[in-house]
Amino acid sequence: MSEYLSLLKYYRDPNLAKALRVRIEELAKKIEENIMIMHVCGSHEWTITHYGIRSLLPENVEVRAGPGCPVCITPATDIDDAVKLAMDGVIVATYGDMSRARGTKMSLEEARAMGGDVRVIYGVQDVVKMARREPSKDFLFFAVGMDTTAPATAFEMLKDVPDNLSFLVSYRYTPAIQGSVMESNVLGIDAFISAGHSVTVTGLRPYYEYFLRSKKPMVATGFEPIDVLMSVYMILKQIEEGKPRIENEYTRSVTWEGNVKAQQVMEKVFDLEDGYVRGVAVFPKAGFRLKEEFSKKDARVQYGLKDRTKSKDEYVAGARCGEVVMGLIDPPECPLYGKTCKPDDPKGAPMVSQEGTCWIWATHRIVNVSPRCRR
Amino acid sequence: MEVPDRKNVITLLHGAGGTYMHSLIRDVFLRLSDGFGEVGLEMMDDAAVINGVVFTTDSFIVRPIFFRGGDIGRLSVSGTVNDIAMMGGEPTALSLGVVLEEGFPKDKLEKIVESIKSTAKEAGVHIVTGDTKVMERGSLDKIVINTAGIGTRPRQLDHNIETLRKSRQPRNWLVPTNLRDGDKIVVTGTLGDHAIAVLSSREGVGFESNVASDVAPLNKLIMNILEIGGIADAKDPTRGGLADLLQDWSEKSGLGIFIRENDIPVKDDVRAAVEFLGMDILELGNEGKAVLAVSPEYVKDVIDALHSDPLGKDAMVIGEVRKDLEGVIMETVVGGERYVGRPMGDPVPRIC
Repeated sequence: MSEYLSLLKYYRDPNLAKALRVRIEELAKKIEENIMIMHVCGSHEWTITHYGIRSLLPENVEVRAGPGCPVCITPATDIDDAVKLAMDGVIVATYGDMSRARGTKMSLEEARAMGGDVRVIYGVQDVVKMARREPSKDFLFFAVGMDTTAPATAFEMLKDVPDNLSFLVSYRYTPAIQGSVMESNVLGIDAFISAGHSVTVTGLRPYYEYFLRSKKPMVATGFEPIDVLMSVYMILKQIEEGKPRIENEYTRSVTWEGNVKAQQVMEKVFDLEDGYVRGVAVFPKAGFRLKEEFSKKDARVQYGLKDRTKSKDEYVAGARCGEVVMGLIDPPECPLYGKTCKPDDPKGAPMVSQEGTCWIWATHRIVNVSPRCRR
Repeated sequence: MEVPDRKNVITLLHGAGGTYMHSLIRDVFLRLSDGFGEVGLEMMDDAAVINGVVFTTDSFIVRPIFFRGGDIGRLSVSGTVNDIAMMGGEPTALSLGVVLEEGFPKDKLEKIVESIKSTAKEAGVHIVTGDTKVMERGSLDKIVINTAGIGTRPRQLDHNIETLRKSRQPRNWLVPTNLRDGDKIVVTGTLGDHAIAVLSSREGVGFESNVASDVAPLNKLIMNILEIGGIADAKDPTRGGLADLLQDWSEKSGLGIFIRENDIPVKDDVRAAVEFLGMDILELGNEGKAVLAVSPEYVKDVIDALHSDPLGKDAMVIGEVRKDLEGVIMETVVGGERYVGRPMGDPVPRIC
């Protein structure tokens, strides 16, 4: 444990931070223009908030949180479907955070209070074991997350999965989500801090097509404060040189090819289709769908669940979750934030999940919007 | 089936020294406040003061009852002694109420009583009255101890208050309203030891650590520094840790507090455990540490005195009181700034 700690020391080194800060300031001064950087991962938002990194950046450099919280982007209709099945007597298994996020009516946790059998698990193996142990009951795995968790499920599906277990797959593909934002001119994001653990799986390669079209700087980044400062520096350097490129700050984990085995397993089990991001929009090729040969395991086929995307009552009245998820507003700009929506009594998914921007800001007691360089 | 009304349910968080516990006290227990006493219930401080006598009570429900570096006996003396000392009082006598679960081994009880005896001797206090109850098996978890204690006003406190008069008009006791712009914030030693020691003594937590609890009576240490002077307030960072304590000070004094993360003393083993468990060191409970607000001209002498005592050998200045700030702000390890607010509750339940 102390070895781990001595290693970590370098990624939190105050002198290194100071040196990076000076260079970031120099570059920002040279660039003059406002630079808006987006990250797409809840863990990055935590690091940035917890270490107060925004307070270290020059006035014309801003880092905003984009769509990177799995629980936040899971469509309300998918939650509704899982709730309905739970109330119909199917045992629904999912992660703790997911069970607390509300669909249009209620959360799975509330469904449990109403008599549904909802079980919190830590990984897909748990539900496989449960289904084997109780063969007379029907199980559903509500499979949410990104490319980081999808391979584990794909791997199980290729093995022998018990007949009484089906999957409601709501996985999203990070490169396609970040790629769409890269290509969008509406959002006006200049550069991207890419999610280190996701890129570890997918590799940098899938980002190349989006980069070619958008020519926006992107740096795959680790999760310690020095990682984030370093990648801000790398981004500004690219901009100052006028040479945008894909770079890798997280060299201790990320490669161009990524985890090829995990990718092969995913390709065997899933197709990519358009995927809805809750409260935002349908992103091209951003959703995983089970291939037809797995239709017996596909809850959407087995239970005849309709393909729906946007619903009328996405959030409780007044909530601005979708805008927070896209980084269009800061949590304190939502009228519910800190008032009726709190970490211990959340109304929207970004306040439920520990990767949600609202949860992270609220647990760090942030009440004001962050300094803006634009808009 | 009906969804239970969550607002009507007491949870472990309500006893964890954070926002939950504070609102429970405000909503329910403060109804009992009637303004009686020099320092009364409405002050929500460590202890009350009535006719010059410091009076306080504390109950102990730690799990496990024997942990690395201490046990429920040492804890139940230290906790009450420290609450009296943090007001500036000199503890003299304690009561001891013990509630046992049917089937509790007598030899373990004897071990606890021995520990109470030696800790009371260390602190120089006397156990003068007590009560014993036994409950049916299963109706409580092994043992609950309550201690109440009284203390007197020592001449060291008079001297200390006198030294404060040079820079402010202090109250008669160590209370948060004594804080002034520029006062230094001092911690008397490493943070998080107790919470991590208790947690790692539990079965099935999944990590091992050699951290020992810091549980100790601090009254003699506090008397030594009162003798020097310049102590505006003292408080022990128990449940809810430093974060809860500083928020309390900021709210009650109406002043801002600025601290530097790099200056907060933390043992490597504790830091590693906290990293592993994803907890915040600022929110963890301590049982042998005090946080002091010290008038700047006295801070060097106070630190020197603390360093000469084993209980204060790791003491550090970690920040200062700032009237230009609102709330509690921390400069992080990498130099960024962030708020430190009241936690919802201590992340480790049942540590004292």
